[in-house]
Amino acid sequence: MLELKNISKKFDGKVILDNVNLTVKDGQILTIVGPSGAGKTTLLRCISGLAPVDGGQFLLDGKAFDPATNRDNDSVIGVVFQDFQLFPNLTVLQNVTLAPTMVLKKDAQAVTTEARNLLKRLNLDGKADLYPYELSGGQKQRVAIVRALAMHPKLLCYDEPTSALDPDLRHEVEQIILNLKQEGMTQIVVTHDIPFAENIADQMLRVEPKQN
Amino acid sequence: MHYVSEILPSLISGTGMTLSIFFWTIIISIPLGILVGLGMLTKFKPLTWVINIYVWLMRGTPLLLQLIFVFYGLPIIGVVFPRYEAALFAFILNYTAYFAEIFRGGLQAIPVGQYESARVLRLTNWQTLRKIVIPQVVKIVLPSIGNEVINLVKDSSLVYVIGLGDLLRAGNVAMARDVTLLPMVLVAVIYLLLTAVCTLVLRRLEKHYSYWR
Repeated sequence: MLELKNISKKFDGKVILDNVNLTVKDGQILTIVGPSGAGKTTLLRCISGLAPVDGGQFLLDGKAFDPATNRDNDSVIGVVFQDFQLFPNLTVLQNVTLAPTMVLKKDAQAVTTEARNLLKRLNLDGKADLYPYELSGGQKQRVAIVRALAMHPKLLCYDEPTSALDPDLRHEVEQIILNLKQEGMTQIVVTHDIPFAENIADQMLRVEPKQN
Repeated sequence: MHYVSEILPSLISGTGMTLSIFFWTIIISIPLGILVGLGMLTKFKPLTWVINIYVWLMRGTPLLLQLIFVFYGLPIIGVVFPRYEAALFAFILNYTAYFAEIFRGGLQAIPVGQYESARVLRLTNWQTLRKIVIPQVVKIVLPSIGNEVINLVKDSSLVYVIGLGDLLRAGNVAMARDVTLLPMVLVAVIYLLLTAVCTLVLRRLEKHYSYWR
């Protein structure tokens, strides 16, 4: 369970997040919706440790933790970026196995086997040795999901997972997210696509632009 | 043909000097260029100012002038280089500036998202640099580096101005002595061979990195 208590964030004196409180229960899906500029992505960046917060506290299973400095060998949060940010110089398989072997120091053989299984599950059979430029948008996104999953995060975050895809792929993303939920993955999804958010959410958080 | 074999030894020994300037400049300037390029991107302002002034001076004045200043100018303030060392020093200073600009551009071309993506996977800075940033930068800078390398082959002929016996000077001496243009034709052929080798090697390197886009 992830809890945010009074999280606030400013950019150049402008308040972006003002005392955000929320709880994500294990295995549930939280969607964060709201118009552009409301701070959805900023909130996600704070949760994933890419942006330090200016106030408040994060609790994971009741224990305080700081996503921005949490760099021990216990992986907590995985992120699927809006533009995926696969590493173009590495194959699909290398994209997935890089961090588990280098960061978690796992056995290369075991990591590869697991990566291949994950790729298979997300319908990426036969793509392991391709480079990202050879993939479609939807395939890239699934590789990004596999890459995050391979680190066994407690929580998986998505930034606008439908925005870079064709409309008919939206349903496919929904299905992937709901399947992962079935397997007990806790997920946070930032999106401006309200119907999509409603289809997957156990809990929705609306953020509004701050007036100041 | 007889004449050619007569002057060829002196041209070849001149080529030795040309190649020696070429290789030492490459070997020292490229690593220095990487360091200076990284320096340009630090947040420590005084360092970036110093580097920017240095790059401006090196790119803003002719290399010929820089050679003259290093060899004839620096002794005035008590810094005396022998001819060869003076030439090498000027070339390294000049080419490091160009390489630094190329590496700065290459480093800046890597999207922030790549660093962030590495960060959420909790790769260390060094791992990120080694596995993700450097391979991408190398591919980006290769064509520009190639240009400079080819330029360097020909720029090395400027060392004649401080009296070093390189390929061009060897040809010049023969031309003045025997009153014929033939030595210069041979000089041109040798330069063409040298740049052809460079071009081939660079093509190979670019091809090696073409497996991803």
